[in-house]
Amino acid sequence: MTPRSDRPVALFVLRSCALGTITILVLIVAFVVGESVDVLRNAGLSRLWTDPTWHPASKTNPTFGAVPMIVGTLFATAGAVVVALPLGLLCAVFVNYHATHTLRRLVNGVIELLAGIPSVVYGLWGLTTLVPIIAMIRGPGTSLLAGILVLALMILPTIVLLIDQALREQPAELALSAAALGLSKSRIIWSVLVPSAWRSIGTASLLATARALGETMAVLLVCGNAIKTPTSLFDSVRTLTANIALEMAYAMDTHRSALFASGLLLLGLVGLLIAGIELLERRVRT
Amino acid sequence: MTAPSRRFDPRGLGPAHPSSAVSVGAAAAVLAVFAWLCFDMVRQGVGVVDWQFLVHEPSDAGRAGGIAPILVSTLWILAVCLAATVPLGLLTSIYLAELTPRDDVVGRITRRSLDALAAVPSIVFGLFGNAFFAYGLGLGLSILSGGLTLACMILPLFIRTVELGLRAVPASQRDAAHALGLRPIAIAFRVVLPQATPAIVAGLVLGIGRALAETAALIFTSGYQTRFPTSVFDSGRSLSVHIFDLGANIPGGDARAYGSALVLVAILFLLNRIATSILRLFGLEAPR
Amino acid sequence: MQLKTCEILSAVALLTFVALPGCARHANSETVIVTGSSTIAPLAADVAREFERAHPGVRVDVQTGGSSRGLTDTRRGLAQIGMVSRALGPHEHDVVGFSVAIDGVCVITHRDNPINSLSKSQVQKIYTGAIEHWSEIGGAHQPITVVSKAAGRSTLAVFLQYVGCDSTDIDADVVIGDNEQGIKTVAGNPTAIGYVSVGAAESALARGVAIRIPSLDGVQPSTSTIRDGSHPIRRVLNLVTLTRPEGVTRQFIDYFRSEAAHELIARHYFVSVDPP
Repeated sequence: MTPRSDRPVALFVLRSCALGTITILVLIVAFVVGESVDVLRNAGLSRLWTDPTWHPASKTNPTFGAVPMIVGTLFATAGAVVVALPLGLLCAVFVNYHATHTLRRLVNGVIELLAGIPSVVYGLWGLTTLVPIIAMIRGPGTSLLAGILVLALMILPTIVLLIDQALREQPAELALSAAALGLSKSRIIWSVLVPSAWRSIGTASLLATARALGETMAVLLVCGNAIKTPTSLFDSVRTLTANIALEMAYAMDTHRSALFASGLLLLGLVGLLIAGIELLERRVRT
Repeated sequence: MTAPSRRFDPRGLGPAHPSSAVSVGAAAAVLAVFAWLCFDMVRQGVGVVDWQFLVHEPSDAGRAGGIAPILVSTLWILAVCLAATVPLGLLTSIYLAELTPRDDVVGRITRRSLDALAAVPSIVFGLFGNAFFAYGLGLGLSILSGGLTLACMILPLFIRTVELGLRAVPASQRDAAHALGLRPIAIAFRVVLPQATPAIVAGLVLGIGRALAETAALIFTSGYQTRFPTSVFDSGRSLSVHIFDLGANIPGGDARAYGSALVLVAILFLLNRIATSILRLFGLEAPR
Repeated sequence: MQLKTCEILSAVALLTFVALPGCARHANSETVIVTGSSTIAPLAADVAREFERAHPGVRVDVQTGGSSRGLTDTRRGLAQIGMVSRALGPHEHDVVGFSVAIDGVCVITHRDNPINSLSKSQVQKIYTGAIEHWSEIGGAHQPITVVSKAAGRSTLAVFLQYVGCDSTDIDADVVIGDNEQGIKTVAGNPTAIGYVSVGAAESALARGVAIRIPSLDGVQPSTSTIRDGSHPIRRVLNLVTLTRPEGVTRQFIDYFRSEAAHELIARHYFVSVDPP
């Protein structure tokens, strides 16, 4: 039997919604490009990685080297995901398969609330509590490590909620047939249920990575923001987002434009990330 | 309506391998760190939170007085944001999950742009909202500009969460509905969507949390004004902007910053409950 | 039923995204919008409240977001008044400036740091990396954590002018944004040195925050040494307008510069300027 065709109007509405979301991105990219056009035309995008230093406000010899910030952004983001993803997965597994009903509701409730704590509160807490502790181990305290830990805390709720939902939606037949084969509980969880939810786990980590990459206020408070390529976890780093937030408030003319160009760079990084995932998915599919 | 398939409960399988201790330990560690954070928040903020704090206007740059107008503005901004996000988000996720094959070009571009949108730093949304909504469309610095900017920001999170939920609905359900002669759109709205309620609620919870927590995007769009708003065209300071100003800009604002954060968490808790009840009201069952 | 849901959802989406922006606001002629510097914004908001009380029917909306936003919004006509917490530059003579208050900048260290006074050349050497340990100037055997402000910030500009350096010479371990962040950073690190607004430092000290304000070249930084001119590092806080202000805008600026605002300015730890 062939399906009856849909009302074209309804389909049109749905499709325009999807196109609407694309439009938002197009508008934002156009806006960022438009604002950075001054630097792009006069200096060129490549100076962002060929210049040795970042002094866009200098009147005599402005330089736009953003490499230490790119490195800082990548380290902080990757670090946060590396810390938060396993923890989040373990938490979701705990909530789904080990916790009692009450405990599970409690943990879920707590995690949902944590998703709504403003990043500036995480930042303030990190700056007044975490940073002095790190400073006792090795100065200056505001460091890549502090950034990674605070970011990991911030993205954990998202990861736990998404993976928890994915695990909850695994069909019961899957686990039941595994149990019928006589597999132990941990084998069922780790060899059957978790792997079968890998696509959702992938999406969760992608969203979490994006969140960590785009986070601004908390990172600004705890990372130290010195523009140096970090050589250890205790070094101060500046991320691209912190750079925009720190300097935008007082930037004029070329400086402002350079900040938008660094925003463009950030979008480029996101593009690379997405392209990487696309490639990975294709390889898995074939 | 069909009953959702039974969920497997492995707790019935008795004691687990010692490896399960790892996940218990991880959960305990995470909860402990969050308890530490929350304890610090409560310790520093609970002293200022009382009824007076909730019903009075701020004075002395927020160092004294309450947060009443800020609460009102926050809820207005959130209302505008959700009024834009929920319909647009639900329709887009249905389109993505139900009406396009997985390797459809439009679907894939939409999905990839959403991923990209999710990683745009909030301050860029703020500057964009300032240029586009406030200046370009002439909405000014207003609750409307702020709410719409936030909507752009939380759309990816909401859509991806709902889409995941829609995709998780077993194919057999769709096949059954198909066999009854329902059109794909009808299947999507009557069969699949109701079953994805937990995902919709999760998307709402994440989206509301993200929107309530946002600072940078709002300073440039909905503004800094601490007066009671009289329309969506008024500027209004959100709770998170207030917390940011008190914590990072006003000397001696820490106690009230943490106090406001406690109120924000309480609001989030209330809204989560309300979201669940509204879904129940519309005949969609609540999760769990 | 399924299409009803679909239709309701699309109607709501259409309404919020198209209809609401369509009925754009008619600007109220009695509303003054003030945007800009986060340093001035809290003060301006308090002054605006007093001004509204004295002039019923008038609204003054204060927004924040930084000095550059104040200038941009004023030039675009999005705001009537911009707040700029620095002296106006050579490219900025298209706007009219009015100074409303003066703010000083001072060096701060951790409370446990025994050093009580610093000289200009010591500060300069610390910030350019010529002095790297506190022991070199009679302090503890620890490396110095240098806290500086982000490029473009006006506090950085006046500090650089004082020590006579270019921003490229500064060798910072930590870079910060607003004053409160600087105070929290220094209070959390016994080896740190930073510079912030004098008002912010005095108020933090009064609240018992773990910082110390060493004297600079023998002068103890305070609002009174800024007022009498003996404290060397200071900056002017400005309001700017696109054209010569008229009407309510004029009244508000005059009010801000009058005796009536002096008490509020003092309460925000700034120093008022004498009326011209």
